[in-house]
Amino acid sequence: MAEANARPEDQPTRRDEQPAEAGDGTAAQPAARSGDRSGARSGDRPARLEVHDVAKSFGAVAAVQGVSFPLYPGEAHALVGENGAGKSTIVKMLAGVHRPDTGTLRVDGVDVDFGGPGDAKAAGIAVIYQEPTLFPDLSVAENIAMGNQPLTKLRQLDRKAMNANAERLFRRLGVPLDPARPARGLSIADQQLVEIAKALSSEARVLIMDEPTAALSAVEVERLFSVVRSLRDEGAAIMFISHRFEEITALCERVTIMRDGKHVATELVADLSVDDMIRRMVGRDLSALFPKQDVDPGEVVLEVEGLSREGVFKDISFSVRSGEIVALAGLVGAGRSEVMQAVFGVDPYDTGTVKLHGRRLKKGSPRAAMAAGMALVPEDRRQQGLVMELSIERNVTLPRARKLARLGLLFGGSERAHAHTWTQKLQTKLGRLSDAVGTLSGGNQQKVVLAKWLATGPKLLIVDEPTRGIDVGTKAEVHRLMSSLAADGLAVVMVSSELPEVLGMADRVVVLREGRVAARLERAEATEESVMYAAMGQEVAA
Amino acid sequence: MTITSTPTKAPLGNPVAQKASGLFKQRELGIVLALALLVAYTAIDNPRFLSGQSIRDNLLNTAILAVMATGQAIVVITRNIDLSVGSVLGISAFAVATLMSKNQDLPMIVALLVGLGVGAVAGLVNGVLVRYGKVPALVVTLGTLYIYRGITYSWAGGSQVNADELPRHFLTFANDSILGIPWLVLIALVVIAAGSIMMRNYRVGRELYAMGSSPAAAELAGIKVARNLLGAFVLSGALAGLAGVLYAARFGTVDAAAGTGYELNVVAAVVVGGVAVFGGSGTVWGAALGALLLTVIGSALAVLDINQFWQQAIVGALIILAICADRLVAFRIARSLRKRDAHV
Repeated sequence: MAEANARPEDQPTRRDEQPAEAGDGTAAQPAARSGDRSGARSGDRPARLEVHDVAKSFGAVAAVQGVSFPLYPGEAHALVGENGAGKSTIVKMLAGVHRPDTGTLRVDGVDVDFGGPGDAKAAGIAVIYQEPTLFPDLSVAENIAMGNQPLTKLRQLDRKAMNANAERLFRRLGVPLDPARPARGLSIADQQLVEIAKALSSEARVLIMDEPTAALSAVEVERLFSVVRSLRDEGAAIMFISHRFEEITALCERVTIMRDGKHVATELVADLSVDDMIRRMVGRDLSALFPKQDVDPGEVVLEVEGLSREGVFKDISFSVRSGEIVALAGLVGAGRSEVMQAVFGVDPYDTGTVKLHGRRLKKGSPRAAMAAGMALVPEDRRQQGLVMELSIERNVTLPRARKLARLGLLFGGSERAHAHTWTQKLQTKLGRLSDAVGTLSGGNQQKVVLAKWLATGPKLLIVDEPTRGIDVGTKAEVHRLMSSLAADGLAVVMVSSELPEVLGMADRVVVLREGRVAARLERAEATEESVMYAAMGQEVAA
Repeated sequence: MTITSTPTKAPLGNPVAQKASGLFKQRELGIVLALALLVAYTAIDNPRFLSGQSIRDNLLNTAILAVMATGQAIVVITRNIDLSVGSVLGISAFAVATLMSKNQDLPMIVALLVGLGVGAVAGLVNGVLVRYGKVPALVVTLGTLYIYRGITYSWAGGSQVNADELPRHFLTFANDSILGIPWLVLIALVVIAAGSIMMRNYRVGRELYAMGSSPAAAELAGIKVARNLLGAFVLSGALAGLAGVLYAARFGTVDAAAGTGYELNVVAAVVVGGVAVFGGSGTVWGAALGALLLTVIGSALAVLDINQFWQQAIVGALIILAICADRLVAFRIARSLRKRDAHV
């Protein structure tokens, strides 16, 4: 069972709309309203925007395959799916950033081919990204007007008209922003409102919002929604991406569900329960199970207590014993990586303690963490885990260079022998040890990163998204490897967004939600549903 | 920043942002102030520093630097840099001097156009390499700095164009005045004014600021980033080419080494003039003021009989001061943002 968060009363304001209350409070009433309006809307009207059988691949990875759905004027349409389901790729195709490999986009029934974001904008599609895309050095009014600034007869900028226009939009949105101030320093909520004003000023007929509420407080969400509702009622087609179901039921009439890049269903929100939606989002076959050998856990290796960092995560506690794999699950942005970076000492934390084998670790010092026997395999191996231009052997021996050196000098021989042992152990497929790491496949690169850290003889291994971007075969190998490492007594913390991986590998699952521990699940009680419910802040429907 | 209208109301009052934009204004004001102090101090020590001839010399010396600083400021505002301007000046000066020495009757306007053209081509090459080669501007223009200089050297082959080979009207151009203002200064003023107006009041200018302020957002906003970037480099090149013509006219003797090392003076002028090295903010006229300040420092030190070597140290200190001011603003804003996010 998901264990409810201990002290809800001291949560920061932005997390006011929390699991239990929000589920019935904000959601119920608008959902009922949207139920009776949706029937009339989606029926015979022509679609404003139609996504028809689009596919997009990046290299060998098919991000989106055969997705179709229409977007009607005057409708708010939700797009949901797990991390990596392909939602962002859809958004980027509609925004003109990516071009679909196959399939077509239609605006008002006419096929369109966007050569760039400018074309999509010209077609009346406005996108509000999760991260606002304002120009911090320019004034708010200029940000709104960028691209279609009002001009005087001499084709100069008409600043007066620009400011007046911004002022008019802000009045319409009911927000007291000063058009002349620079965008730098605006809160995320205000930045998003500026983005909406931007969409309004370009007279967008399709408004796409990619997780606009992720960083907003309840009050700000409500203000945003009332704006969006009025836009919708004026005939705009809204596409809304969110991980919060209470928001989807409160705002949207229809929902399109995606899974693994494919279209699962497009239905009326009123016809689906939250349970149905979650089940369809995660409902994949678990045939490719990940074997974790059963190990009798030994002594406690890592103890994290009450770890907090203002605005990032709060009151995180968990422990890991030797032979155990503990998974940190949650949605992107829940603070999983941030917690582990703080544990390893890369990032600071404000309060709390990190103990390794009962000894308190100095905070903010990766060097101390490494000396105590901690190893971190970071999420982004290209940026943080490997030096792509260096040879495989250099990469493997990097953290141990000091020990391998004689009289402070590194000799090729000892480096090579050392690298050889470890790449062999991990069955890394490689040509020569002297090849640049960048020439290896993703899976083998990951093995080199693992080799690099395992070679230091750690007591605790932290892996962040260990199999991201790795093909299925190598994935299984990495899993087998982690499992056998645990069997040898290593304590492992795994941050992963892939549910099957979490469920298959972990002895225990710690689910984070918005910077807090939402649930601690033993292996037996961790299911796709229970983890997703906790991650999304829903109650467990037992 | 160029936001000049005073905020009518600041309901969500953000003192930091206001202080920040105030600081930007102070940056240009600060240069004017520094300039005034410097001139006053030097003039008290030696009143001849304010004589007509001395002022005229200072302005003439500033003109060439200011023309180049205008182009450089525009490039830096887009979060790029053009280190090749000194070499472009060299190749343009040599090309125009050679042309004029062989065709004594060519009017001045042709010389100016040829200089602009040579520079524009050089700038276009820079822009294409930066945009389509996806190489950082620092690296591209460092490379073309040597390439353009190398071309000039192999063309000149050790020869130089002397003043007595050049037509009279070409040489007198530098000293001729119209309404008491030397042509050189007039051209510089026109360039600065045009650059300022373009960056402040025209759509393309604001797009260049936007590109430097947030390159990713500029792409997403549908700004024609490639066209604008090429334009900025072509402009910087063309102005360096123009500066080459002015250089040839002013100094008369042109060899392949003309303008060597100028790029650093230009970048220094731009940075001291308050253009943020990370793009997005600063003004053309600020950069021109920076050029004036650097020039006046040089001549003031000579008048005050201070070792010229100090000049370099002072310029260096000014650059660091300017960049510190940038960082201070960025740091304060980041801190205020973090605080704000924390309580949200």
